[in-house]
Amino acid sequence: MAATPAAASEPQFPLPSILNNPASAPPLLIAQGAEGRLYKTTYLVPDLACAVKYRPPKPYRHPVLDVRLTKARLSSEAKVLDRCARDGVPVPALYAIDAAGGWMALEWIDGPPVRQGINDWLGARPETDTTHADEQVDQTPLVDLMRRIGTVMGALHRTGVVHGDLTTSNMMLRPWKDGQGQNEGGEGTVLDGDVVLIDFGLATQSQSDEDRAVDLYVLERAFASTHPRAEAYFEYVLKAYGKTFKKAPSVLVKLADVRMRGRKRSMLG
Amino acid sequence: MALKSTTLENCPWGALVHLALFHDVTNAAFLHSQLLARNPEYEYAFIDASAIFSELQLLSAAYRAINAAATSALQTPNVHSEVILSLSPNNNIADAYRRWGISPKTTSLIVIKIIFHDSPSFPGPQPSAPEVWSTISRLVSGTPVDPFSDAAVRRETDWATVRKYYKLNGVPALQAIADDAARQQKMEQLAIMGMALRGL
Repeated sequence: MAATPAAASEPQFPLPSILNNPASAPPLLIAQGAEGRLYKTTYLVPDLACAVKYRPPKPYRHPVLDVRLTKARLSSEAKVLDRCARDGVPVPALYAIDAAGGWMALEWIDGPPVRQGINDWLGARPETDTTHADEQVDQTPLVDLMRRIGTVMGALHRTGVVHGDLTTSNMMLRPWKDGQGQNEGGEGTVLDGDVVLIDFGLATQSQSDEDRAVDLYVLERAFASTHPRAEAYFEYVLKAYGKTFKKAPSVLVKLADVRMRGRKRSMLG
Repeated sequence: MALKSTTLENCPWGALVHLALFHDVTNAAFLHSQLLARNPEYEYAFIDASAIFSELQLLSAAYRAINAAATSALQTPNVHSEVILSLSPNNNIADAYRRWGISPKTTSLIVIKIIFHDSPSFPGPQPSAPEVWSTISRLVSGTPVDPFSDAAVRRETDWATVRKYYKLNGVPALQAIADDAARQQKMEQLAIMGMALRGL
């Protein structure tokens, strides 16, 4: 993920046609996935940053089918974002969408991904001190962040949405405004900020314990592989999650089952 | 000149958006009748200011309308009527005209004129900003607000109407916010999101 954003003057990929129009600054390619690309650009006025998510046409698909799939995926992502935003789940706002053109413009979330925050935090601390929560090194900010993640996940699941691709790269740390620092002592850390969920490309609407448990399980596994040294802290995510909504405890029970067998459900019967 | 002329970021067809706000408009009924008669002289977006809460909301609608025009996806007769439809969170065109468009009772009026300076559909020289302004000020009988600004637009807002039109009553995300300024910011964000989501 260390790829430096490429300037649009020499694009690696053809830009979506909407980004070929004049703007105060050229769009920056931020990320490239299997399904789409993410650009940073501006919306309406030069000082409003936005993220444009573009799903390019797939040459190997029949054009009619391609347009239909792109449309359906973009609009389902937009609907999930709307549902989350109305229910108070922290997600980026949607500014504009052109399902036929394959793009949508989203609020730009300032701040690093949670993955980077945790890595910076761990990187600044010696290897040996972080394996146990009871070491002399103060891990309060990390525990605090884990709880915030659990709370946000609970809010997401309560609205009936499962994310489908939860990793610490798909959560951003939106910096707190001045005076909003929630850690006593006043000193900020790399773990400060509101957790904002991004990338709902694989999200679905579901209320079942099974789907929610799989969602948690995916995050648990992703967390363990990206931050092996902080694995012990994941329990704080689950503890906070368990307090967020009525059915959360039964999701956690289900999670134990999912751990036993893995993400894929038995297809028997 | 009380006209604000602005380009938009990443905007097709070299569009220039002209905006003006009038108080104490006396010929709203006449303007309304000209729109109903589809008089091409009156091809402007005439917007009742009460359900408008920010300049960004207007620009969002203009951008969507311009993009629809440039991708041949207009759902209404022209880009100006499309601006009115783009303000609405639902697909009912008559409803959008009634709620956001001018009515015979309108006194505070926002006028938007979109001029394409680089479009295959509008070849040849296009009117300049002073020309646009002289036409608008001739058509509308009222007191222009000089200069046009976001703050001036906000003074006309009727929040009860905005909340009703954008279905913002009883939204959990808003009830959870205690701070008034933060709640209003969220409300504006959700309304613009509602506009973007129309038709999905």
